[in-house]
Amino acid sequence: MGYTPPDINDSTLESILSLTEIPIILGSLDTAPIWLSVKLATVTTVLLLLIATPVAWWLAFAHHRVKSVITAVSMLPLVLPPSVLGFYMLLLLGTNGPLGRLTAELGLGTLAFTFPGLVIASIIYSFPFALQPILNAFEAIGRAPLEAAATLRASPLARFFTIAIPLAKPGLLSAVVMGFAHTMGEFGVILMIGGSIPGETKVLSVAIYEQVEALQYSEAHVLSGGMLVFSFVVLWLLHQLNSRRNAMKPVSN
Amino acid sequence: MSSINASFRLTRQSFVLDVAFNIPTRGVTALFGSSGSGKTTLLRCIAGLEKPDQGYFAIGDHVWQKGQFSLPTHQRALGYVFQDSNLFSHLTVEKNLHYGLKRIAPSARKILYDDAIRLLGIHQLTDRYPAELSGGQRQRVAIARALLTSPDLLLMDEPLASLDIKSRSEILPYLEKLHLELKIPIIYVSHSPDEVVRIADHMVLMDHGKVLEEGPINELLTRTDLPLAHLDESCAVVEGVVKEHDSHYHLTYLDIKGGQVAVSFRDLPIGHRVRVRILARDVSLALQPGQKSSITNVFPVRIESIIPASDPAKVLVKLDMGGEHLLSQITHRSVDILNLEVDQTIYAQVKSVALMR
Repeated sequence: MGYTPPDINDSTLESILSLTEIPIILGSLDTAPIWLSVKLATVTTVLLLLIATPVAWWLAFAHHRVKSVITAVSMLPLVLPPSVLGFYMLLLLGTNGPLGRLTAELGLGTLAFTFPGLVIASIIYSFPFALQPILNAFEAIGRAPLEAAATLRASPLARFFTIAIPLAKPGLLSAVVMGFAHTMGEFGVILMIGGSIPGETKVLSVAIYEQVEALQYSEAHVLSGGMLVFSFVVLWLLHQLNSRRNAMKPVSN
Repeated sequence: MSSINASFRLTRQSFVLDVAFNIPTRGVTALFGSSGSGKTTLLRCIAGLEKPDQGYFAIGDHVWQKGQFSLPTHQRALGYVFQDSNLFSHLTVEKNLHYGLKRIAPSARKILYDDAIRLLGIHQLTDRYPAELSGGQRQRVAIARALLTSPDLLLMDEPLASLDIKSRSEILPYLEKLHLELKIPIIYVSHSPDEVVRIADHMVLMDHGKVLEEGPINELLTRTDLPLAHLDESCAVVEGVVKEHDSHYHLTYLDIKGGQVAVSFRDLPIGHRVRVRILARDVSLALQPGQKSSITNVFPVRIESIIPASDPAKVLVKLDMGGEHLLSQITHRSVDILNLEVDQTIYAQVKSVALMR
């Protein structure tokens, strides 16, 4: 097949052609945003698990009137535009915000435009993605095995760690995967609260945005393509995980 | 003798549980009643799994519930066998069994691991996961798991209800063995008269969240003012001991209060305690003992009462046989022909006697 040289002015074709330059670009690629994203996602995921698990436990087993309010609040990041979320976070964490003033008085400075600020924003932004699978898992377990454990002398804490956590493992894994992936893909909130400080707040998605702004399509391609593959692998793994869990489900009594 | 004292009041939407009873700390007490009568709720109150509005529970000197005080479930020395076994699906049978056992101080263990798996016949299943067991096997593991906490009281919530007939008959012998070999009092929830007559010694009869009556099993079975005597399979259960064997006719003779009965040969030692069930419809009445008949089991009895049965053609005759009670279901017509009256002494002919254990 004949090869037609691309029209230099056609940006789409230009960007496809630039795929051939990937090896060259990879050599000179600024990998700092990638690692920053990974670091952010890792820290966020660990903290998310520690926060979302008890909240999910409480939501699954408490009879409380504020339960539905808490559920609604924790789901807000699902429906709010990230910019709205980021805007409020900025007001909250900024120099004049209540939390900003608090952190300043504690000698921590303001958290806006810092990595810890990003972590806080990410936890809130990704919270429903971690909460839902854990909550579903706890609800699926139900009270029955926990009651059985209680009649076998297990204290509430022992019941949580020896029954609830092991039985909720698939849900916890889903929460890790979803929380991590969702934080990796975060953009709007980060732009609002973190800006783009290299090595501090310039994460992958922001880097891609800037490359596109600067018409550096080849670099954008490498990062975007990487994200695409990463996201696909994550979702595929999640599906594998879920179907294996279903296959392992015990036959009903 | 120490006893189990319970009283609970609990309201759930339209359902009200309001019970108080005293039962012995030995043997099997059946909580018997139709579904919705509050049996399971009562059992859950005893276990501390439900929070009653008001409650008192004590077993011997141990008070589990009194006023505002309620011992948490995990601090009550009880074993609970759930209707659907409720094994931990992420643990093997062995680990399920150890789950409770390891929480009991070695000095407080009255039932050892090896004894429990022998008693329930599950030594070959220990490496399996619950999903790999049949319903009957799962329930046996659940019973062993509960026993291994060496409980002061074993609560069983219709342990056979979720099983098919085959698994049921597979488990019943184990339950009877449990009853004979262990001294743990058992409260057994059931709506099946068949199970109750096989394993219960004592019965608490429940209806609509209330206790109708409680007492020794045969007393309640033969009370003509209670619903049990009016079931199709109304019967009496009588305790006895093995007296002698007759190898020629393949019979085993049992001594019961007020006489002796012959049953098909059963290889049991002389002196072994047994229980027999005598169905009301298998008991016919005669004025004379000597008539030639194919029926071997004939006893002198006194008529205690005669009341109409649910079938208009029939009556229930309550009989006193040396202090033990029997029921006989005969027709109105026979009552008139034989001219039967209360306090009259006549002869009960028992067509068939079932050895329950």
